[in-house]
Amino acid sequence: MSANLSAILYLISGVLFILALRGLSSPETSRQGNLFGIIGMVIAISVTFLSVGNFTTGFIYVLIFLAIGGGIGALIAYRIPMTAMPELVAGFHSLVGLAAVFVAISAFVNPQAFNLGTPGNIKLASLIEMSIGAAVGAITFSGSVIAFLKLQGIMSGAPITFKGQHLINAIILISIIVLTFYLCSTQSSKLFWILITVSFLIGFLIIIPIGGADMPVVISMLNSYSGWAAAGIGFTLENTALIITGALVGSSGAILSYIMCKGMNRSFFNVILGGFGGTEQSSVSKNKEQRPVKSGNADDAAFLMKNASSVIIVPGYGMAVAQAQHALREMVDTLKKNDIKVSYAIHPVAGRMPGHMNVLLAEANVPYDEVFELEEINNDFANADVAFVIGANDVTNPVAKTDPQSPIYGMPVLDVEKCKSVLFVKRSLSPGYAGIDNDLFYKENTLMLFADAKKMTEDITKNL
Amino acid sequence: MEIDPFIFRLSIFILSIFIGYYVVWSVTPSLHTPLMSVTNAISSVIIVGAIIAALSSNGDLVFSTSTIYGFLAIILAAINIFGGFLVTQRMLAMYKKKKKDK
Repeated sequence: MSANLSAILYLISGVLFILALRGLSSPETSRQGNLFGIIGMVIAISVTFLSVGNFTTGFIYVLIFLAIGGGIGALIAYRIPMTAMPELVAGFHSLVGLAAVFVAISAFVNPQAFNLGTPGNIKLASLIEMSIGAAVGAITFSGSVIAFLKLQGIMSGAPITFKGQHLINAIILISIIVLTFYLCSTQSSKLFWILITVSFLIGFLIIIPIGGADMPVVISMLNSYSGWAAAGIGFTLENTALIITGALVGSSGAILSYIMCKGMNRSFFNVILGGFGGTEQSSVSKNKEQRPVKSGNADDAAFLMKNASSVIIVPGYGMAVAQAQHALREMVDTLKKNDIKVSYAIHPVAGRMPGHMNVLLAEANVPYDEVFELEEINNDFANADVAFVIGANDVTNPVAKTDPQSPIYGMPVLDVEKCKSVLFVKRSLSPGYAGIDNDLFYKENTLMLFADAKKMTEDITKNL
Repeated sequence: MEIDPFIFRLSIFILSIFIGYYVVWSVTPSLHTPLMSVTNAISSVIIVGAIIAALSSNGDLVFSTSTIYGFLAIILAAINIFGGFLVTQRMLAMYKKKKKDK
């Protein structure tokens, strides 16, 4: 296949990937978009086979390995529960990162195959691109592995910090740049391996100080990195499909990180430097006094809801942990039978990844036009009778609007307290991840329901 | 003077960043999780490099240092491609509109 023809076909597959993302602008067009993505991938892979034109024993092995990987991937895709989506995405990011590292190594060891020169005499530009691809890929890999372990609960979600952490990170980052520079002037394979090792290390060090609830930012950031790694390799291989895709994914991840940071009113650097809540937490807990709370049971909650004409549900990470989304939907069905208007309010950082709550509600067959974003629904709380907070905490804390001393001051929150009454499902009075007390617990119109989210929801349904 | 082909690739790259920027801002927030899984799947187009690497052997030798890395990368990328697209499909199939007949 001529080089020009394959370049055009790669371009087409790049365009199909753009359309795949474009489709996600609405749920109706999204499935078609996904199909475009699949077609784009099939084109890219077929063109590669045809332009390499090597259909010998190696080709059979390629197909075998493709089938092995594909089989594993398909199996995971069908068996993974929707609540585990953040872990899955983190895991997938790590694979993209590692694949980028492997391709870079292969290109470094055997540059002739990629038309990049000969070992020890690789074109300068290619070497720089290769190093960037390998370094970013390695960072993506080790960072995603840590994110995965934290999300799975294998590793504690608490931030791990130590003295001089930022200094060490800064030194390593500078050393990566220096190493790349020397690698380019000496072409030494030893330096190449050191570069990769150091990049693995920095990925690990960057993610360990970031706490569990900052994971939405981390996952989006790693998403972005995996894109830049792919773009770096794309430049090395002079492949338009890879360059376009890398740029798309890179900017997509960057935008998502930005949205998540804005949802927490924190700067990107504040999140990345990590250790949130460390110092502020102690000062807040000192002046914590015992305040009275009203607590109730499923019967009380059912009574309040039965007499309401509109209910707004505020789900959070706790709903995902308790797997309460199906029980919640059953409760809502019963409410609707009693002619009560129900809608859902989603905070941008609810859950552990962007859009986490929406997927869980969709899984429980909640129609997506009953689910609203913060800005769309925030004014409705004042007119609603009952707010049902299930598994959310910090995103409802009125302190963010009233107390400039609070670490979450300025964060956009759902105006839950404006409802006539608030039902707050929670296991205990313990503060949320930010380590601050939620004023909402002590409000006159709040009824605390101390129980497991799923069990409480089921009990309420029985009492309705 | 001739323009280095690198500049053309750079142009494609920069323009694609802008396309990505505008396209992703128009993605509805409720689909942000599928967005992440589908970007995951498409960034695995890196498999193109893996295939070239795996088929780079000259002569009868199928497995050499560089091809082994290629084969490993193929497995990883293939997990992502199939896993990413299928899980996205599975998620998107769940997004339903309210039935009108209520």
